[in-house]
Amino acid sequence: MNSVPASRHSRRSGFVERTLVDINHTLEQSLFAEQTARQPGLLQRLDPRLKVIATVLVLLAVSLSHSLIVIAALYLFILVLALASRVPLGFFVARVWVFMPFFTGLVALPALFITPGPVVLNLPFGLVITRTGVQTALFLLLRVGTSVSMAILLVLTTLWNSVLKALGVLRVPAVVILILGMTYRYIYLLLNITGDMFLTRKSRLLRRLPGPEERRLLAATAGTLLGKSLRVSSEVYLAMQSRGFRNTPRTLDTFRMRRMDYFAGAIVVMVSLTAIWFGR
Amino acid sequence: MKTFFKSLARETPRSLIIYYALFAAWLLTTAMHIPDGYLSPITSLIMFVLVLPFWVFGVRQLREKMTAKNVPLIALFAAFSFVIMMFNVPLPGGTTGHAVGGALAAIILGPGIATIAVSIALVIQAFFFGDGGILALGANCFNMAVVLPYVAFAVYQAFSRNQPLTSKRRILGAGLGGWVGLTVAAFFAAVEFGIQPMLFHTADGTPLYAPYPLSIAIPAMVIPHALIASVVEGGITALVVAYLIRANPAALDIVNQEQISPEASGFARWRVLWIFLAALIVIVPIGLLAPGTAWGEWGTDELTSLGLAFIPQGMAKLSGLWSAPLPDYDLPSLGNANLGYILSAAVGILVIVTVVWLFTMLATVKKPEAK
Repeated sequence: MNSVPASRHSRRSGFVERTLVDINHTLEQSLFAEQTARQPGLLQRLDPRLKVIATVLVLLAVSLSHSLIVIAALYLFILVLALASRVPLGFFVARVWVFMPFFTGLVALPALFITPGPVVLNLPFGLVITRTGVQTALFLLLRVGTSVSMAILLVLTTLWNSVLKALGVLRVPAVVILILGMTYRYIYLLLNITGDMFLTRKSRLLRRLPGPEERRLLAATAGTLLGKSLRVSSEVYLAMQSRGFRNTPRTLDTFRMRRMDYFAGAIVVMVSLTAIWFGR
Repeated sequence: MKTFFKSLARETPRSLIIYYALFAAWLLTTAMHIPDGYLSPITSLIMFVLVLPFWVFGVRQLREKMTAKNVPLIALFAAFSFVIMMFNVPLPGGTTGHAVGGALAAIILGPGIATIAVSIALVIQAFFFGDGGILALGANCFNMAVVLPYVAFAVYQAFSRNQPLTSKRRILGAGLGGWVGLTVAAFFAAVEFGIQPMLFHTADGTPLYAPYPLSIAIPAMVIPHALIASVVEGGITALVVAYLIRANPAALDIVNQEQISPEASGFARWRVLWIFLAALIVIVPIGLLAPGTAWGEWGTDELTSLGLAFIPQGMAKLSGLWSAPLPDYDLPSLGNANLGYILSAAVGILVIVTVVWLFTMLATVKKPEAK
């Protein structure tokens, strides 16, 4: 949803530039998320386990709702939470709704015309917009927008490591959580390596390469990256062994539910159940 | 059902449907990640149930066959999949597309482990980057982390079994595997989209989730994927395998080394999974529907226990399999329907947690204790 559509870059820029832009965009995004997650806001103070479960609850309420108004109300609820958590509202709204038209918007568009139902508007060329069509398109847009907002809000207010540890409450096996954490850490290493590889190449290029040459470069970069990944993985293994890793991951469980967490949990459960009730 | 298709065909110019559907799907090809909101919660739940055996199998393989050494291997490979999904692949004509990397993961790690690696990349994308839904994770993992790797691996194996590591047939097998794998995955995604409007709509026929029926969803997803995204997937897989043959053939042999060898982990168990996958391919459309009926029945049981004995007759009237979930929404007795609905949300969460927990227990039974 959040990936930058290719059309935003100049058509003339090669894949090297585009990939570099995407990589930097990703690094930027996660730096920003970490920054907001460290702000002293409302959601930042809550137990991550509670937040993970609450996120799933709200997503379920959005998903179960048969009423547009209820979904809109849930979106407002999310906006209020974002505001209370010092997430910049302009960014929060724009991040979801600016790029939506490129994906879900265009997917939803034909539904306006092809869903059978009472006609709202007659257009030239025998096109008609139906009431059911408008409703179904709105359902899709609102649901996707609200769900994405909720997921983004979780990450903007919770450090990734805490999200991971909190997944333990959903009975995700410890070894999977360990791998998730390592993956996340090495994504940044690999992103930096890839960025460097492309940058060194770009700095030696005077113009865009011809297509076949570009594809060969891409394959070589991907292949080299794969080789490096495999090498790093065996080095990491040696490092883990030398530090005494014996097949059983251990985590420090420092989470503690406080009175405020129970209170917040009760509120989320109430809001979700009310939404499910009214949206049935 | 038939009348729905007929009225659809009558009321809209066909060319318009196809043009827009293709256009929309062309945009989808750059990101096959299904966001939350396209699938009903029931479908999402069923997709989790379908993908779970593969997760359990992967984690089990990880625990038994793969020693601690493979923890960083999978982590690095998941990170690699993530980064690979970010590469803009140059296409003829000046545009770019993205690859999923699931086929490559299957060729290097074997499909069982590839499921875990790609799933992990998808989980990070869903939670951290809002790319693909959280409730839709089951569906996304099923399409991209199960169907894609298994199908791609089967094709690759068909071409490269008993061939030397530097055989050119591996390149061909890898390319074809990526292409077939992603196309089949797109078909599955299309089926998941396509059954939504039949199963989930309001009383006046407004689709609640993805609005296009199978007749539009399948061609709209499969054709552009076969022409663009699958070509990208197959192309990048073939190119990387070709590069590895030149520069690092040992990487192609990881899957055969003892530690992650699929054969070593008991071919019988593998065959069971293969048969399971084949069965899934055959029954998925039905499989997705049948639990829909079960859901309806569950609601009825729940309500009958509250003293609503007339419901079975209502169910009998709506005996069509397709409209089975309707009674849940259309019941005239409001108070009890509310209760059923709220209960369903609570039970839904409970079921997910219980099922995950049960499977985790299963997966951990044989866990060798580190002394």
